[in-house]
Amino acid sequence: MKIVVCIKQVPARDSQLRIAAGSKWIEESDLSYEINEPDAYALEEALQLKERQGGEVVVLCAGPARAAQTIREALAKGADRAIHIEEDALDAFDPLSGARLLAAALRAENADLVLTGLQSDDLGYGQTGVIVAELLGLPHATIIMRVELEGAGIKVKRELENGWFQQVEMPLPALLTIQSGINKLRYATLMGIKKAKSKEVKRLTSAELGGAAGSASVTLDRVYLPERTKRTQLFDGPPKEAAAQLVEKLKFEARVL
Amino acid sequence: MSILAVLEQRGGEWRRMSWETLAAAQELSRELNLPVHAVILGNGTDAAAADLASKKLDKIYTADHELLREYTPDGYSLALRQLIEQVKPTLALFPHTYQVRDFLPKLATSLNRVAVSDVVSHRVEGGAVVLVRQLFQGKVNADVRFAGDPPFFASLQAGAYRADLVAEGSAPVEEFIPQLLPAEIRSRPQELFRESERAVDLGSAEIIVSVGRGIKEADNLPLVQKLAEVLGAELAASRPICDAGWLPMERQVGSSGQTVAPKMYLAIGISGAIQHLVGMKASKTVVAINKDPNAPIFEVADYGIVGDLFQVVPELTDAIQKAKSS
Repeated sequence: MKIVVCIKQVPARDSQLRIAAGSKWIEESDLSYEINEPDAYALEEALQLKERQGGEVVVLCAGPARAAQTIREALAKGADRAIHIEEDALDAFDPLSGARLLAAALRAENADLVLTGLQSDDLGYGQTGVIVAELLGLPHATIIMRVELEGAGIKVKRELENGWFQQVEMPLPALLTIQSGINKLRYATLMGIKKAKSKEVKRLTSAELGGAAGSASVTLDRVYLPERTKRTQLFDGPPKEAAAQLVEKLKFEARVL
Repeated sequence: MSILAVLEQRGGEWRRMSWETLAAAQELSRELNLPVHAVILGNGTDAAAADLASKKLDKIYTADHELLREYTPDGYSLALRQLIEQVKPTLALFPHTYQVRDFLPKLATSLNRVAVSDVVSHRVEGGAVVLVRQLFQGKVNADVRFAGDPPFFASLQAGAYRADLVAEGSAPVEEFIPQLLPAEIRSRPQELFRESERAVDLGSAEIIVSVGRGIKEADNLPLVQKLAEVLGAELAASRPICDAGWLPMERQVGSSGQTVAPKMYLAIGISGAIQHLVGMKASKTVVAINKDPNAPIFEVADYGIVGDLFQVVPELTDAIQKAKSS
């Protein structure tokens, strides 16, 4: 079974974000980056499926040169090889033009199963997987919490709101978007890190894949920090003092103690 | 030229977010001076259409078909594509539900468009719609607008528009018959189910102490357990804590977990992604402790301490214990 996992590199979760000059994007110079969390779960699911069924796990990532680090980490965890679509200005791509790059690279792979995270922690459109499926003519299911192979197809568990779930069956090839928490993430072993160095990383450019930034249907005006609409009483003194001030308020103002 | 609200039911029950979408569609129809239409998909849509007939709408479409009885992304996007090609709306609005997330990108792609998903507000500038959406888990906002030719697509975040503002009126119903073949539906959905009956009903708790990623390790949980104990509170968590298995799933607050509205909600080390906020923002008093002063949780907090929870929580536990015994 051949599984391709689409992963993205995003700013680390606890980053303090600042708006870049021109207000079109965030200041990137002082950020550290990591794998998009739901994509880490998609990769783990692919590795576990391979361990049960045999086959190959290929990692596909579109991003600038710095994404090579995230790709290397995925190879260290056990992916067999990788494809890196090198594109510096990925933030200028909307979900459709970004998905077109991934779909173009996927066409040459003929995967049985394509996995990706349900959304990215940066743009958060939550659309890339579904768009890729549509561009490739594949059936899909989203926000998946379990994957089982059944004959020539798969049975998956979809998460719905308020604690509800649903099983869905579909034929292969197919595309699934994976929800965080579907499995337990592994760490790369020393052996894995060593092996990753000799694994194949194929580099493509968006021009080679016929991709272009910008979009005919959505444009970004500006990005900005949200204005605080609620007046929060903040206590930022030493912990002991702040705690005492808060308790005072909770007791005499909010009257909840 | 119209605004089309695509509404959602599950098992004959209206999703509350459908009314929020309808209210937004009515608002945009006034602002852009366009007729407003609504569509409901399914098999046996008469009751739903009757509910809508008392709303201020220019037309209600029912897309009724045997192959739409169960939701499938293939069936829904094919049927809606046919309706949109016939009706030619300027803007189609959707509630940002898990179901819409499953089919809207497919529908928009099939018409060579990009849907603007998870919109929190809008304004009209010189006849053009500007949509606001959140990036980086709510830490940054973006203003986006549509370019090129309609139809345009947008989905609206839960709670972004007010369901109680839906205008009453009357509306004619028109049947739309989608052309669907069984072979076009590739997935086979089964019954909905819940994992188990919930042993913990967070909904009835008066005080909730909720813990997030900031706690770093399962071994640090006793710190917040102690605080919950002193307050006589139920312990809850944001999703990552339950994903990691540090607390059972039934203690998860948020869109995929429980929705709560206690007298007091203490968010400890929770940054406040929208998936969490929708589950707790109706709480009467919200207290947040977080090291990042820009964390979105402070957006909904009445009181906050900006600081290291490992220093603040023990001090707070102490202070509450003293306040209660005095």
